[in-house]
Amino acid sequence: MNYRVISSIAKTHIFSRLKQSSIAALGVTFGIGTFITLVSFMTGLNGLLDGLVLNRTPHVHLYNELKVSEKQPIDFITQPEKEFSVIHSIQPKFNQLRIHNALPILDYLNKDERVKGAIPQITVQVFYKAGSVNLNGVLNGIEPLEEDRLFHLGDYIIDGDVQKLKNKPSGIIIGGGVANKLKLEMGDRVYISAPNGGLFQLKIVGIYQSGLADIDDIQSFVNVKMAQRIVGQSGSYITDINVKLYDLEESVAMAKQLSKQFNISAKDIKAANAQFETGTSIRNIITYAVSITLLVVAGFGIYNILNMLIYEKMNDIAILKATGFSGKDVQLIFISQAMIIGIIGGLLGLIVGFGLSLLISYTPFETDALPTIKTFPVNFDPAYYVIGIVFALIATFLAGYLPSRRARDIDPVEIIRGQ
Amino acid sequence: MEKDIVLKATNINKYFRDPTLFHVLKDISFEVDRGEFVSIMGKSGCGKSTLLYILSTMDTDYEGKLVLDGEDLSLKTADELAFIRNQHIGFIFQFHYLLQEFTVLENVMLPAKKLGIKSLQEIEHDAIEKLRLLGIADQAQKLSMQISGGQKQRVAIARALINSPSIIMGDEPTGNLDSKNAQIVFSILKELSEEENLSLLVVTHDLDFAQKTNRIIEMEDGRIIKHITP
Repeated sequence: MNYRVISSIAKTHIFSRLKQSSIAALGVTFGIGTFITLVSFMTGLNGLLDGLVLNRTPHVHLYNELKVSEKQPIDFITQPEKEFSVIHSIQPKFNQLRIHNALPILDYLNKDERVKGAIPQITVQVFYKAGSVNLNGVLNGIEPLEEDRLFHLGDYIIDGDVQKLKNKPSGIIIGGGVANKLKLEMGDRVYISAPNGGLFQLKIVGIYQSGLADIDDIQSFVNVKMAQRIVGQSGSYITDINVKLYDLEESVAMAKQLSKQFNISAKDIKAANAQFETGTSIRNIITYAVSITLLVVAGFGIYNILNMLIYEKMNDIAILKATGFSGKDVQLIFISQAMIIGIIGGLLGLIVGFGLSLLISYTPFETDALPTIKTFPVNFDPAYYVIGIVFALIATFLAGYLPSRRARDIDPVEIIRGQ
Repeated sequence: MEKDIVLKATNINKYFRDPTLFHVLKDISFEVDRGEFVSIMGKSGCGKSTLLYILSTMDTDYEGKLVLDGEDLSLKTADELAFIRNQHIGFIFQFHYLLQEFTVLENVMLPAKKLGIKSLQEIEHDAIEKLRLLGIADQAQKLSMQISGGQKQRVAIARALINSPSIIMGDEPTGNLDSKNAQIVFSILKELSEEENLSLLVVTHDLDFAQKTNRIIEMEDGRIIKHITP
């Protein structure tokens, strides 16, 4: 009951100075609207940029590396701790490319609860043949659907899709650069010559474009089985295992553990892309700094207008106090005004922010790096809308609280005497 | 039969500390009976307004004892005093003191809404009743900045009456009005005192006004020098 009187006074004050109140509310609207737009757009772009790096990179990559043996033959007959041996012209040890016991390792990894998925890959050096021309190339044998689920292969296919590759055992998704050079299109056939001399005819079911010319000029994708046939090996021949984790942060520890456990080379994503994380966090800091500045400015607007209002309303405050409204009631009247301005301005801000974000998300944006993206990426995460309205309420509360305390403490006798 | 005392002040002392210590009110003691119309007179600066603000509970910085309707006000908190002002004391000021942006009716209803005892319909009915009593019911829906000075003062009286207070206090209620309007306002107050048995305590320096009241309290230099019954 009491609050109804107070809010009706607050409303009357607001509506009798509609112009000032609207300006204060618009300040909030502007602050929140820009905050939403900026955060949605920036995080959308961040997601895109992160995706460029993260989507196609396994969190842990297992393979057999060609390297020099750490313990050379002479070390077996001397005592390396005490003696000093000099070896010239060390050669790397011959090492099979295939991962020993790959299938049990895959099984083991897919049961690990940290792992989102572990999939095999077979890398084969080949030639694309066109008449007398031999074009150098790399074939990746993959499991198409899993590759798409974990590493978003589908986002980089500009023609055709991964399902077609899955359906057609002798299909190939060919690199855009290769297709260009050999004047190949969807449905055409391409000849591949294997390292051991065999010749294979594959049907193009998709064209792949990563945006990196070096890769698009050589790389193509086939089914795992096809790749194994091309190298003339059995179904257990696997050269790489790509692991995606639920939590990227665990990749370092995981890589270390797997390397030790299976005596194999394991590269984690942080070693592969050290700089990317720094960029992301700096972009986020900039976004939040700009947004908070905008909201603070909006808050000062409300503070100013309420301060002025209280000067103008000295008489009203004295009357209210004389007729039995307590200091708290008067304070509540002015806080209510701030909150009404904040709620209306904030809600409008959410709508404006959503509208602007929508506008941006329909703005054309084309990049070779991500062939499937046609418009600017925008992140419509509802969390930002919640943050926006909560911040609007907190800022307007604070902006209203300080002037309202002054109103609470005004001595009505002084005002009445002063007339 | 014992006298029915509404307001009793005992040994009220008040000091101004700014800019220098100044003893404004010196041992003020008096009583107001129910239905009595009392005026306080004195020269400017004799402390009569200061006394009124203390009696009205708005000024709490004083020494002494103040009893309203048998309740000791000297020890109450600010919130309790606000409640007492709302329910038991009505005010009329020299300058009309209405909320400019509200209608006449809303101004009158406001203290009752704050009290929150009656329903909105009852309050509205009462408010129109009071306005009718003061002859300005036809102005009820106007904004209070749109009516004349005399009308404003009558609205202020209606507002003072809305919660059926024990006492109405006025600080030069006719001081800002022309003689015709002053006459109207005075006769309204007089009527209320006689017919509704309402206590009135009015500060004035208008001798004509004061002489028509039941009792004049004359003040000089912060003291009551005499009670005159005209």
